[in-house]
Amino acid sequence: MSSEKLNKPEIKVPPELQNQVAVTTLDKIYNWSRSNSLWPMMFGLACCAIEMIMTAASRFDFSRFGMEVMRPSPRQADVMIVSGTVTKKMVPQIVRLFNQMGEPKYVLAMGACASGGGPFKEGYNVISGIDKYLPVDVYIPGCPPTPQALIHGLIVLQKKIESEKLAEAEWYKKDFYEEIPVPVLGPDLMDPRKYGVFQELKMKGNLENPVEELAKGEEA
Amino acid sequence: MMEEVTLVSQIPAFDTLFPEKVMVDSRKGFGGFIIERDFFLDFVKEIRKTWGYDFLSSITGVDYFPDSMEVVYHFYRSLGGGALVVKVQTSRDCPWVPSIAGIYQGAEFQEREAWDLLGIKFEGHPDLRRILMWEGFEGFPLRKDWKEAYFEEEGKPYGSRWPDGVAEHSEDKNPFGDNVKYPDNFDPEKWVPAGEEALYLSLHKPEQANDLETEAIIVNLGPQHPSTHGVFRMAALVEGETIVDLQPAFGYLHRNHEKIGERNTYLQNMPFTDRLDYISSMSNNFAYALAVEKLMGVKPPERAEYIRVIMAELTRISSHFMSTGFLLNDLGAFFTPALYALKERELILDIFEAVSGSRMMCNYFRFGGVVNDLPEGIFEKIKDLAYERLPKKIDELDAFLTDNEIVRSRCIGIGTLTAEQAINMSVSGPILRASGVPYDVRRADPYSVYDRFDFRVPVLYHGDIYDRYLIRIEEMRESAKIIQQAISQMPEGPIFEGRAQYQVKVPAGEAYGRVEGPKGELGFYLVSNGQANPWRYHVRAPSFINLTSLKPMSLNQKVADVIAILGSIDIVLGEVDR
Repeated sequence: MSSEKLNKPEIKVPPELQNQVAVTTLDKIYNWSRSNSLWPMMFGLACCAIEMIMTAASRFDFSRFGMEVMRPSPRQADVMIVSGTVTKKMVPQIVRLFNQMGEPKYVLAMGACASGGGPFKEGYNVISGIDKYLPVDVYIPGCPPTPQALIHGLIVLQKKIESEKLAEAEWYKKDFYEEIPVPVLGPDLMDPRKYGVFQELKMKGNLENPVEELAKGEEA
Repeated sequence: MMEEVTLVSQIPAFDTLFPEKVMVDSRKGFGGFIIERDFFLDFVKEIRKTWGYDFLSSITGVDYFPDSMEVVYHFYRSLGGGALVVKVQTSRDCPWVPSIAGIYQGAEFQEREAWDLLGIKFEGHPDLRRILMWEGFEGFPLRKDWKEAYFEEEGKPYGSRWPDGVAEHSEDKNPFGDNVKYPDNFDPEKWVPAGEEALYLSLHKPEQANDLETEAIIVNLGPQHPSTHGVFRMAALVEGETIVDLQPAFGYLHRNHEKIGERNTYLQNMPFTDRLDYISSMSNNFAYALAVEKLMGVKPPERAEYIRVIMAELTRISSHFMSTGFLLNDLGAFFTPALYALKERELILDIFEAVSGSRMMCNYFRFGGVVNDLPEGIFEKIKDLAYERLPKKIDELDAFLTDNEIVRSRCIGIGTLTAEQAINMSVSGPILRASGVPYDVRRADPYSVYDRFDFRVPVLYHGDIYDRYLIRIEEMRESAKIIQQAISQMPEGPIFEGRAQYQVKVPAGEAYGRVEGPKGELGFYLVSNGQANPWRYHVRAPSFINLTSLKPMSLNQKVADVIAILGSIDIVLGEVDR
């Protein structure tokens, strides 16, 4: 990024210093450096992962945007690209990986499956979108999204980061602690956050005909 | 393809050899033999010993709700020829058949899969655990009376999803707002998770030769690991640096391909096959189209056959480029060789994008042809690739890697598999041929127009990582040769037989279509009852069955070599877990 974009326009920098000095705000320089050194997690799930690899390879090369450092360890990564179908068997691991990433962290739902289940939504082992568990920052449509679309998604994420403010950043708040409860594999996938709903439904009666049960509840 | 039926005549008349115990399957559209369950083990031993059916291609169960269940076996001779289809029937209430994992090791995972998804018990199986779903999952999803949480109707096309012009979401119909369902009276507070004990308990330390006390530890690799080629997982028991036992764990990308496939119409399944082995979608299309065409009894026109072959061979080249690149990744040459390989893959993807509109998920084949003819200028591009660019680049890869000191010392003699083991484990593709078995479906049981081309089936005899790598390089050269011949022979003409339609009419019956995919023998087993949706839709996935050989190859090797061995098997998780 050129220094013009970083500079505050109202402050004049002498022409002989323009390439060396920029006067800017803390927010701007902080976000500028963060958004241009995103480290994605090296973590592929399905078909989209192949397009992610192709995006990293020489033809599309997303290192031009400052995100070539792919880290296999969640502790070193800033952005999780959920690249592919999230299955029930895999989601506990993904949530755990997300919890292990340090703040600030971002999630990119790459492709139809990660965004909402995609073609496999009706499957018994498929999560209808990773946003059921993780807070998603950018959704990228496509099945799989082309490398161009992925790069566009990452640029959108960069823009989002550039508009953040230090004073409002959640992760600097005093008692900020965001850990997502890890789902458990039972007779089916169990989300600890929904145990309450479970008890409620049970109180109402059996679970045999949940649709009707729910409809009754709505009428009441 | 319909001519293949003549090959069936070579199959001995087992029904007269074993009267009363073996019957010909006389249902309309069906073939093969139905065996008495008590006689089955003896029968299998007999066909293996006396009749040379040493290659077990596929095992799958079919749920003939509400009457019975059936287990279908496809046997082949490793010398070539058509399939011996064998069926064993069992009741639905308490389905069991004897396990043949002791005779054909390749049956082990497939029997576990049938148990997992259909609940058919295989008596005598050494390790009958769930394989794709987790331990403790409720129900057997592929049974016809099992309904998923988002169940709408038995088969597509569904009624309107826009009743009164308002979109409906499956989430809204489920009390949990999610894709889950629980058994009645299930109490999450009283429930104890099954955990992963079973996986770790299946690891066994071998008997100690001396009385030195050593302790083996379990190393767990994956599902999130950069060198497992996706979400594959294995648990290894290591002593020092040496692997003493290993168990792969699957299912982290189990996308319910078969259940969804049985709800879809025949044509709707075509784009789903793209997502099986997502690196080589054209080959998957090919196998599925072959299976359905067998059922329908149509044959694509000449030009379409040639286009199919060109696309399938381009796919093979791109897949082998990729697997070679990533094998080097696994050996520690991080990404540089892969970049060379991916560069060529991009050029092939350009062609796919031009003909089908999509880079990876081509969805290009139809029953009776292909969707579009080659667009303008693409024929020249393919020509240029096949004659100029690809042969040069294959040579380049060969020159850089084959005599490389590190590649040689890390690959030669590591992860060996003998020919007997390979056949017994139903391994197919480059792994089988690297172990000295000249078995290639294109040659052994020719489909499409492969019998018209002059190509070599490369075979090597050491069965180690290095040979598997060499086989892939050679196969790329042969594929380029096939494309060259196909280009010069390709006639003008129509590319589709009959009228294009969304809803094809498929008569009742069964069919097994198989092709030599880049990873090995890819087969589709279909049972039709004459309706719009297949009754049974099973994928014989080469990557999945090839993984049987991971354990024997890895035993007594070092931990770092297991990564290279896995890279040389060349798995794609979309196909392993389906």
